[in-house]
Order: sequence, then C-alpha cells, then structure tokens
Amino acid sequence: MLSHIQTVNSKLTTANCIHMSGNMNLTLKVWRQPNNDTKGSFVNYPAQNISPDMSFLEMLDVVNEDLVKKGEDPIHFDHDCREGICGMCSLHINGRPHGPKQAITTCQLHMRSFKDDQTITIEPWRATAFPVIKDLAVDRSAFDRIQRAGGFISVNTGGVPDANAIAIPKPVADEAFNSATCIGCGACVAACKNASAMLFVSAKVSQMALLPQGQPERYKRVQAMVAQMDEEGFGSCTNTGACEAECPKEIKITNIARMNRDFFTAKFFKQEEA
Amino acid sequence: MKLDAKIPEGPLAEKWSKHKFNLKLVNPANKRKYTVIVVGTGLAGSSAAASLAELGYNVKAFCYQDSPRRAHSIAAQGGINAAKNYRNDGDSVYRLFYDTIKGGDYRAREANVYRLAEVSVNIIDQCVAQGVPFAREYGGLLDNRSFGGAQVSRTFYARGQTGQQLLLGAYSALNRQIHEGKVEMFSRHEMLDVVVVDGQAKGVVVRDMVTGEIETHAGHAVLLCTGGYGNVFYLSTNAMGCNVTAAWRAHKRGAFFGNPCFTQIHPTCIPVTGDHQSKLTLMSESLRNDGRVWVPKTKEIAAQIREGKIKASDIKEEDRDYFLERKYPSFGNLVPRDVASRNAKEMVDEGKGVGSSGVAVYLDFADAIKRLGEDAVRAKYGNLFDMYYQITDENPYKEPMRIYPAVHYTMGGLWVDYNLQTTVPGLYALGEANFSDHGANRLGASALMQGLADGYFVIPYTLGDYLATIGPKAVDASHPAFAETKKAVEERIQKLLSLKGNKTVDEYHRELGKIMWEYCGMARSEEGLKKAKKMIQDLKADFWKNAIVLGKNEEFNQSLEKAGRVADFIELGELMIDDALDRTESCGGHFRIESQTEEGEAKRDDEKYAYVAAWEYKGENQAEALHKEELKFENVKLTQRSYK
Repeated sequence: MLSHIQTVNSKLTTANCIHMSGNMNLTLKVWRQPNNDTKGSFVNYPAQNISPDMSFLEMLDVVNEDLVKKGEDPIHFDHDCREGICGMCSLHINGRPHGPKQAITTCQLHMRSFKDDQTITIEPWRATAFPVIKDLAVDRSAFDRIQRAGGFISVNTGGVPDANAIAIPKPVADEAFNSATCIGCGACVAACKNASAMLFVSAKVSQMALLPQGQPERYKRVQAMVAQMDEEGFGSCTNTGACEAECPKEIKITNIARMNRDFFTAKFFKQEEA
Repeated sequence: MKLDAKIPEGPLAEKWSKHKFNLKLVNPANKRKYTVIVVGTGLAGSSAAASLAELGYNVKAFCYQDSPRRAHSIAAQGGINAAKNYRNDGDSVYRLFYDTIKGGDYRAREANVYRLAEVSVNIIDQCVAQGVPFAREYGGLLDNRSFGGAQVSRTFYARGQTGQQLLLGAYSALNRQIHEGKVEMFSRHEMLDVVVVDGQAKGVVVRDMVTGEIETHAGHAVLLCTGGYGNVFYLSTNAMGCNVTAAWRAHKRGAFFGNPCFTQIHPTCIPVTGDHQSKLTLMSESLRNDGRVWVPKTKEIAAQIREGKIKASDIKEEDRDYFLERKYPSFGNLVPRDVASRNAKEMVDEGKGVGSSGVAVYLDFADAIKRLGEDAVRAKYGNLFDMYYQITDENPYKEPMRIYPAVHYTMGGLWVDYNLQTTVPGLYALGEANFSDHGANRLGASALMQGLADGYFVIPYTLGDYLATIGPKAVDASHPAFAETKKAVEERIQKLLSLKGNKTVDEYHRELGKIMWEYCGMARSEEGLKKAKKMIQDLKADFWKNAIVLGKNEEFNQSLEKAGRVADFIELGELMIDDALDRTESCGGHFRIESQTEEGEAKRDDEKYAYVAAWEYKGENQAEALHKEELKFENVKLTQRSYK
C-alpha cells in the first residue's frame, strides 16, 4: 500500500492527462438478476459525462439516478461506509474483485483509473456460498456463521485483568494486527478459482493464535471454524495465491500456513485441548 | 411532563457506585425469562447485546447492514480515551471528566460525564482481553498518543483503525453469544417503529430488507443503538446507510429529542469535488499535530490558485496566512474542532479559499517533512496520505493537502436519564443515538469510549432495575398495539410506493442537505434559520407529492429504503432548525452569529442557556413542545473557553 505513493510522480502525469481531457463516456455491462430464484443476464447501460474525480460507486449513483428518472429499477449493489473499511461493497469489475487497482476496495476506486469509451463489465461475487440476492448484491452471511463457530475469545464483560498485565512483544502484536485488518468483504473468495474462504478464516485464526489471550481456545477454535467453513460450501485451497493478490487489505497468505499448522497440530497432538 | 434526569445524590465520585448498589437486581434464574431487543450493532449495540446475553437475558439484535460487523463505528480512526494514567503524566478520572465537560462547552451533565471517565479504564481491559490488537511499545505494554483538548496522553489506538478493531472485538463477543443461542441476530432488517403498550416500549416493527416482510418482535425492553443523524446534511463522514429513522420513529412515539442542533463539524475532511459527491472522507485529527493550516494572504493570489495558474508551492512564505497560528498563538493548529472549522469557513467566505472550487484551505506538511524527514512523516501518517492520494490524485508529500470542514458527529440525540432510559419507559438509547455525554462539542477519541461505556458497563446495570420492576411476565404480542403499529408502518410504505412524481429521492436529499448546511451548519442566524424553516416545510410538501419511489415492498428495494429515510430526515431537519432558533447563544459546535465577542469568538450565555433542550413531538404539522432540563454544575466552574 505504501509503495505506490512513492511512485506517485509518474502516475500524476498520466492522471493529469485524463483529467485535462475532461469527462468520459463509458459503457457498463452490468449483471442484472431480480432475485436468487430468477436467472440473471448482462444488460448494457451508457454512463455519460463521468468525471474522473468520481468514485466508482458515485458513477453507479449517477447511472442509477438516470434509471430512476426513467422509471427503471436502479442497479442494486451493497455499499455503506465508502471509505474502504466496512467491507460492505463488493463488485467484480472487468474480471477482478474491487477492480483494476491493488489494495483498495471498490468504493475507493476512482474513475480516473478508466479511459474514455471503455466498456466496463460489472458482476457480483461468484461463489456457491455467496448466493445472489439481487443484481450485484450477494449474501455473505456464511462469513458470519464461520466467525460465530469460534472466532472469539471466551471472556465475559468485567472481571478481566488490567490491560497492561499482559505484555505482548510488539512484533507479535503488529503481526496480529495485520491479520486483524481483514474487512470480511469476500474478495478472496471471489478471486479464488475454487471459491475458497481460507484467507478470510485464517486471518481470524491467526490473529487469535498469535496473541496470548487466544491460547486457551487455540486448537478448539481452528477446528470449529474450519468445520463451519467446509459446511458452508466454500472450495478447497490450492495455493494459487489469487486471494492475497486481490485482498484490499493485503492480508498475507502466510495466515493460511499458520492455520494449516494449527489445524494439523490440533488433530494429531492437541486433542486434549481441542 | 416533568423531566427527571434521575441523577443520584451524593458526591460526584460516589454517585455511580452508590447508584449501582441501589439498583434492583434480577435473579439469575429469572433473567432467562426476559427478552431484550437491541437495534443497531455498532460499538454500543454489539457490546450491549453481548453483555446482556452473558448475564442470561435473551437478546434479539437487529442491523440494516448485511453483517453486524459493518456498523459505522468501524470507520473511526484515531483512538479511544481512557484515564489509565499509564504515562505517569498526571491523568486521572477527574481530569478526563474535566477535559470532557470543558470540551463540551459545559452543556453536558456532570454525573454522566464523570461515570464515563470512571468506566473508561475498564473498557481498555475488556478490549485487550478480547484480543483487540492495540498499539504496543517494545516492552510489550500499551502505547498512547495525545489528542485535541487534552494535555495528557490518554488515547489508546490501533494504527488508524481503532474503531474497526474495537468493533470487531465487540462483534466477536456478540458472535459468541449468537453461538450460545442467547442472541438471535437479524441482519438486513431495518427498524421502522416502536410498539408502545400502555406507555411502555414492548417491541419493534422491522422490515426484512430482502423479502420486504414486515415483522413485529416483542420484548421487555428496547435499546436503540442506532448512531447519529449527520446524513441529514446529505454530505457527511457517515456511512451511506446511516439514518435517523429508528430514533425519529421513537421520537414520534413519545421519546423526547435532546439538543438536536448540536452537530460536530470536523475541520479536516477532504473537500467536495462536484455535485456527484456522495460522502465525505475524514482525515484524522492527529494530522494537525504536524500539519500547518494556511491560505494565501490575498484574494488575488487565491484566485490564481483556483484558476490553476499557480501551485501552492509557488506561493512565497510572506504571501501565506497561517491563520490559526496567527489568531491563536498558544494553541495554534491544535485548537478544538469547532474553532478550527469556523476559521476555515471564514477564510473561504473572505474569498481566500483554494482548490478549483475555492472551498478549501491548505494543511501543509512541508515543515514537518523538512524537520522529521519524509520517512518519519510516512511512518506516522502514511495510511492517511495514501487515502488522500487515492481520493484526490494529489501527492501530499509534494503539495499541501486541501481540507475543509464536514459534518462528522451529532452530539444531540434522544434524551435519556442517568439510566439511559428515554422518556418512554422501557425504551433506551445508547451511544451516539443519545444526547448525553458530549454537550455541545465532542472531544476526539471520546465517541468510541462512550459507545462502549454505555454497552459494556452502564446498561447491564441500569436495565436490570427496570426489568426487575416490571417483572418477568411474557410480553403479550397479541396486544392490539402490535397489529396497529404494524399497520401504520405498512400504510406508510404504501404511501411512499404510491409516489410516482418526477424528482428522485436523492434530489430531495441533496436539497435538504444544502439548506441544512447553509443555514444550520457552521454559523446560524435568526434570519437564516427562519428562512430555512419555510424552505424545509415546502420541501416536505413537495416530497410527498413529487418524489419517485419505484418497485414494490415485497423485494429487495433500495429505492424504497432510501425514500423512507429521507422523509424522516426532512422532518428532523425542521426540528434541528427550531432548536437552533431557540438557542440564541453560541456554544461548541453551535455558532449563532448574533452571539459573539468583539473579536468574533463564540459567546456562551450560561445564565439563559445552561439547559438541555428536550423536544416533545405533538403531532403531524404541530409545533413541538420544548422542555428544559437545567444543568447544574457543582464541581466545575463555568468559564468562557479561550484558546488565544
């Protein structure tokens, strides 16, 4: 994430060119599907007079407002915070989750990343475990169910030790933080040819396995979460690394290695703890 | 009706302990006979739902997002205050209390704020136990940073994502209780009304946003943890879905609304680029530690900037006006949020604004980069600079950032007593949804503290007292009030769906936002407010005639969702204006141009306005009735804030 700002100068020139050439006219090829029981299809929409300063979702807002004026059902898509942290926005844009740029979500993608006259294909996340609700919005409740299976440390409110009673080496805390920044958007699943949820699940497993607070339930947790993941119908991991490449929060694939290690340890050596 | 804040007797520091002892308890075996409804799953809602379920109550929790983890608390950047005094720098519960009540410009209750400071220390312990990865030092202990309005370092943080980490902690506690079967979770459900039976809240009416089904849910108490209403301004730092509907419906069912005009306008946001703009992005307050705020000294130079003839870096040092440093030499760029915002507006109004729109001022890091080096600045603020670059396509390491104030937080909200109960028995409001702890201006890193204080450490005690009083008898869901309320919701939906005019709901929302920003934003006057009131009344009438609402109820219908929310915002807008008209003093985020000192600073009027304005709904198109809760200050001396 930090690297691309250092190369900002070269980008600035290109961006300025687009900017000076003014607004763009685009063609959107959008997946429309009234609900999960009905078959969907692509529909083309013109997106005219689009400012390069608009975010991708603002561009869709403009298209939708035109549709509403014409009495047509607007394109439904999930979104909320529009600052890259809530994980609600999704969208497969020209074949890539969250679009062409790395380390950002769709809501942070701006139209200056596209060219005049371009056709942009917009699809929902495609995965059996993420059924389409309508158009571009999918049901990601499988993620919640995996977290409920064990993505917690069993402490009640009150009666806990003083915060500084637990010293945690800074590198360990930092690494746990890196895993904890997952926003649960599902891009990893959408990017994976197997629709595997390993990156998502392993990020939570890692965060808690790294921290001393997570030790008592470490082996129980990993088994419960993996079992739920399998039950939800996500595919298996074949280590292609597409998840890491497309993750807007740059969650590392080393989390998967950590989870696998704990999973096997639990099965073979830590049965009394699991 | 007489407002009773139910503030416990006794010395400030003993009030909460004594009160906890005096509150009635529900015995463990009886707790499972109660159902509590929690609406909203941000910091306040998730922490309340989890804590109550842990105690043994049955909880039904609702959120409009697809997952409870997405509530907008997730977006809070900077940190959370706690009086831990881990720095040995003189912090204490009393000092946190004092800073918060002063920061709020003396318009909050002493007892509430003291309790907030008192439980702040427990919050950090709780979060660490849950596995929240706060920033640490090399010795392994927790790190702190400083924030505006305080002279000690008491802010705990997790990089620029503190809200995310705290919410995921509360979400994990909530998940555990869902797993245990103690919480039933309803995502993609929007609350559309409260069911009131014989004057007590006994349930809610919600819409399943996927199927459109209108459901009623019964419970012994209803907790609204539904956040703030900043989106009444259309553009704000709130999430797109943040809305006032739950609170507004409760208001119409008898819950008084406290200080609706108290809005926090945050000084450092990325400026608007055009009419297409859908939301504004905040740049953390921490940037003002190293960034210098300035505009060109003359209108002529500013005009050249706006026309793109010169760049900021072309402007010579002597042609720059570092206006905050000039006007407030002792606080400089670190004046509180309200002061920084008003001064930026003043510069823009004088024609010295920068950027192509002219509605922005500079936040310049050139000096910090010279002093500390680019790498050190990157280590401190890298993620923020990066976010700025993503949005603006400008490199803040080379050219100064452009910033402008934006609506960020609403101090106002449903009026609650010391127990967090609204004027409707059994109906509670927690977190940003209530009015209680921030007075007229909230200090940085206090919102997260309040949300979690209410949910983890206040409501588990105070709710028990009410539940013990009403007894564990099951709520009768066949009471006609349930069917009647459901019918009213359905009728309103049908009325919205019948609107087949020629203006989109977004157009109305934008228009409302413009009125509110212009007349009820950073500076307000009697003349402007009166004009705005008329404009909003006209807007409301027009909405119900000419809006376009598409589709049907029995489907995922974002057009319908938006229409219902904007209709409520329009009504709230009018009440905010009434409240701003009533308060002719300037205080905190509320600046009345009729009430300023000779130097143009905000002039508070403690004699006339040291009260909470609590508004009572009186019926469609009727003026609301104002009730006043006098604020008594027994421990702090009221002084005019000065940052010179």
